[in-house]
Amino acid sequence: MEKCNCRNSQLSAILARYTGQEGALFNVLQDAQELYGYLPEEVLVSISNHLGRPFSEVYSVVSFYAHFRTQPRGHNLIRVCTGTVCHIMGALQILARISQELGISMGGTTRDGAFTLGSLPCFGACSHAPVIMVNDDLYGRVTPGRVPEILAKYSCREALTTSS
Amino acid sequence: MTKNVNITINGQQLTVPEDTTILDAARQIGIDIPTLCHLKDTNEIGVCRVCVVEVKGARNLIPSCITKVTEGMEILTNSPKAREAREMVMNLILATHPKDCLTCDRNSDCELRTLAEKMGIRKVDFGAPVKDLPLDDSNPSIIRDQSKCILCRRCVSVCNEVQKVSAISMINRGISTTVGTAFDKGLEDSPCVFCGQCVNVCPTGALTERFQLREVWEALHDPEKHVVIQTAPAIRVSLGEELGEEPGTIVTGKMVGALRKVGFDKVFDTDFTADLTIMEEGHEFLERLNGNGKLPLLTSCSPGWINYVETFYPEFLDNVSSCKSPQQMFGAVIKTYYAKKFNIDPATIFTVSAMPCTAKKYEANRPEMNSSGYQDVDAVLTTRELGMLIKEAGIDWANVEESQFDEPFGEGTGAGVIFGSSGGVMEAALRTLSEVVTGKELESLDFKDVRGLDGIKEAELTLGGQKLKVAVVNGLGNAKKVMEGLKAKELDYHFVEIMACPGGCIGGGGQPRLSTPEVKQKRMEAIYRADLGLPRRKSHENPAVQELYKEFLEKPLGEKSHHLLHTGYTPKEK
Repeated sequence: MEKCNCRNSQLSAILARYTGQEGALFNVLQDAQELYGYLPEEVLVSISNHLGRPFSEVYSVVSFYAHFRTQPRGHNLIRVCTGTVCHIMGALQILARISQELGISMGGTTRDGAFTLGSLPCFGACSHAPVIMVNDDLYGRVTPGRVPEILAKYSCREALTTSS
Repeated sequence: MTKNVNITINGQQLTVPEDTTILDAARQIGIDIPTLCHLKDTNEIGVCRVCVVEVKGARNLIPSCITKVTEGMEILTNSPKAREAREMVMNLILATHPKDCLTCDRNSDCELRTLAEKMGIRKVDFGAPVKDLPLDDSNPSIIRDQSKCILCRRCVSVCNEVQKVSAISMINRGISTTVGTAFDKGLEDSPCVFCGQCVNVCPTGALTERFQLREVWEALHDPEKHVVIQTAPAIRVSLGEELGEEPGTIVTGKMVGALRKVGFDKVFDTDFTADLTIMEEGHEFLERLNGNGKLPLLTSCSPGWINYVETFYPEFLDNVSSCKSPQQMFGAVIKTYYAKKFNIDPATIFTVSAMPCTAKKYEANRPEMNSSGYQDVDAVLTTRELGMLIKEAGIDWANVEESQFDEPFGEGTGAGVIFGSSGGVMEAALRTLSEVVTGKELESLDFKDVRGLDGIKEAELTLGGQKLKVAVVNGLGNAKKVMEGLKAKELDYHFVEIMACPGGCIGGGGQPRLSTPEVKQKRMEAIYRADLGLPRRKSHENPAVQELYKEFLEKPLGEKSHHLLHTGYTPKEK
């Protein structure tokens, strides 16, 4: 956080926006995650103090929703669909291949910070199963064999979602 | 006015007020429905589903602990459907629960085990792996074994709703759900104040005190060690419950007799240093009233409260009495005055204290609690552990001979005894202050306005012509209200007694489970009975305290007192 004071003032702006609003916690968390790319502990402490909600309760909400992260994310986010159809069509094999290529497991981030591997229950793109998303790009009918080629497109690219 | 409704339970007709739950209605006519997560007035959320019953016309089975009766309701508590569902629920809870009951800290005292027996569960049908989660033993007071947690949420409710400390919450989701602190750290790295209210309500072995029986036995077996024990005011009215007596039984004599048999070299009464506390704190109050120091004076006997004020209201630390708690005063006096008087090397003295409290374990381990040159208190046992110690020693409690506390610290007054109940410290202080200030004997020693289980009590009185406003607070949720009031300058008091646990020490985190309001009421009544039964009821009349000042301390707030009996506080991170 010390790197970027501007983000801290932006956080103050977010908190100010929701001051006195009932049930604002979820929105504040969402906005803060957008700002930092994840939810660092000290940011959650500020949120807890500002909203007057116990820190344990704030963490309870963060840990409940798969959407929230407390660890920094890589420059590129890979999401493998693990919905029913994709599962049947081989999502686990795709996942295994990506893990093998990048040397990380589900939820992990590569050491160089290039990739984070995650999953989502369903993208609503079942007709293209199995599907994966890298950042905002959707890939359908993925086979384990296509994984290296897809990853290669991103390995040199800069962050797409976490930069401000 | 509440309306009455007519209902039928298992064919039996009855009329009850409309805001009655099915569970309470059934209990009124002697029908017991099993419950597990339910904790009256504290955890009424119906999450465990052990209490489901069949209601005619309802689509699903109904959780009886949270469902209010309605006109014409026909309830079946033991229909095949209800019984099967309850058994299934228990089976599911037990499926992932460790089966090491024989060596579990809760053992026969476990609510889950008792319930499984009562419901006739003889086999667990699922082959699910038992929970295997890391132990949180980061602190001297409380051990959390999340493998044994059944997610009933009683602890979370007590911590969040009653105590308002909010150290713990439900974290994660689905099968990964556990009770945890923010970022799942140890309690030591959370705002936990170690009051132990969570431990007192836990139905399983998931939350226990950090047991120190082994250390105590080792000391007792060591011929080089001089082992002394002090027993807190509140445990003489609750220890009996651990040994089969009814709540509210005063067991002082039997307790002393049993502890002598266990092998302690001396059995002393913490009432003695409760009286000493009154002498020191009373004079501290007079000093502050004369302009030397901040008002209101906030009491300092309750270590859970001390942790709380250090964490949540550090701006009030100058208001907190500098007096150590009676436990710590005792430790310091034993290893100095007592050691010298009886020519015992303080290095060989092992002091044990029996307390109704889990935070006392934390307090004894504070690095500053060594003014004797040694750790002032070596081991702290809860009331529950004291019960275990007596059982482990093979003592026949029913026939144990009554005995009296040892001299010179066996002498306690009624003022010391009432420290065990909310309002007691205030009343004891007022008894002494009134006489010290006016020089006249009080006509009545009973300050009834400050007694009782109410969370916040206020009283006004005149002391030497000066009008005083005092308050007595128990339970940290109530402490929070008062502290916010003081902060906003909406409240104005001269003297405030604050105890972390609801009801004061009689409801302490180390007391026999469960400390329901009814049980606390009985313990409290016993405390005041014990007070009335003593020849001396004012701290300043305690001859042993007078002698201690004459021979050693010289005067209240003197140099020696300052060194041995007083302490300071440090703000803590939340």
